[in-house]
Amino acid sequence: MNSSVDHLSPTTSSARFSLPSKPTPGSKPNIYERNLNKTRLSEVSAASLSFLFSEIVQYTQKRVSGINDLERRLNTLGYRVGTRVLELTAYRAEFSSKAPKREIRLLPALMAIHTQVWRAVYGRPADAIEKSVENVDEYMIIDNDPLIERHISVPRDLSGLSCSSFSAGIVEAVLDGLGFPARVTAHHTPTATHPTRATILIKFEKSVLDREDILK
Amino acid sequence: MAIFGLWVINKAGGLVYQRNFADGLAQLTSNEYLVLAGTLHGIHAITSRLSPIPGQSSGAQVIEGETFKINILLTLTGTKFILLTSPAEPASTIDVLLQKIYSTYAEKVMQNPFHTPEMPIRSEAFDVSLGALIG
Repeated sequence: MNSSVDHLSPTTSSARFSLPSKPTPGSKPNIYERNLNKTRLSEVSAASLSFLFSEIVQYTQKRVSGINDLERRLNTLGYRVGTRVLELTAYRAEFSSKAPKREIRLLPALMAIHTQVWRAVYGRPADAIEKSVENVDEYMIIDNDPLIERHISVPRDLSGLSCSSFSAGIVEAVLDGLGFPARVTAHHTPTATHPTRATILIKFEKSVLDREDILK
Repeated sequence: MAIFGLWVINKAGGLVYQRNFADGLAQLTSNEYLVLAGTLHGIHAITSRLSPIPGQSSGAQVIEGETFKINILLTLTGTKFILLTSPAEPASTIDVLLQKIYSTYAEKVMQNPFHTPEMPIRSEAFDVSLGALIG
């Protein structure tokens, strides 16, 4: 009796897969084979990142029906980047320091996001980190000039949209990976000196705060 | 020595951006600006075919009047940047300024996800950076 999954087996498939030929000596290795530590300092042009992000926003906007949905989708896309950022920064930290630490307390984890994650993704640390006075479970990371939003002008009918929801997704993924589940959202908070200023609001789950109290 | 205004014309000949930088200019309605831009687009198309030497001509680049000068930068994509200046403004500064305006356009307008190409430009970031560039 043939198993129903036989048609999925590669040996019975009629398609032919060809393996890539061995790289000639002297040619650059393809991107999957590059040493992760040597590429630590390599840079990407800001213009190509801006065009890519602009296309991401346009692609998402065609498929959504409102500001909240758009922000949620950007958040999801950022989440996928964030899981990989966490793995990559942890791997690179292990190679560069003798005794790499993993953050298990709340405030050091937030500081690590504020400096190391921002430096890994955007090339410079974020500008401020704040604790909310009204709610004990809310913290804020502030970026005065988010790199991805530098050239974006939100039209009047979409006012209130913050494309830094992408960065919020990155932060949410890093926090989930470190063991601090939270809901992270981004808000556009312009000031006179920084018209593109964005605030990333992090609302931790109750379990995180309970754990912090126990560990104190 | 002054910059009077800037027009940006898309490749179809429609005016997508118009701004005055000096006071005391004649106030035209938006329709009149559209007509003037379309006319200039047509003139530029005609002049790009006129050349004493057979071969490609670049089209009109400077049109001088008694009280003003029209400087035209035609980009590789067909977009035209028209800078209206006083006649005394030196050509080198105008060329540099037009290139800077073009690069500002590439950043603030083309990298803005909320801008549809060839449509009128409604970008606050573009206005602000032009204000900083020209004053």
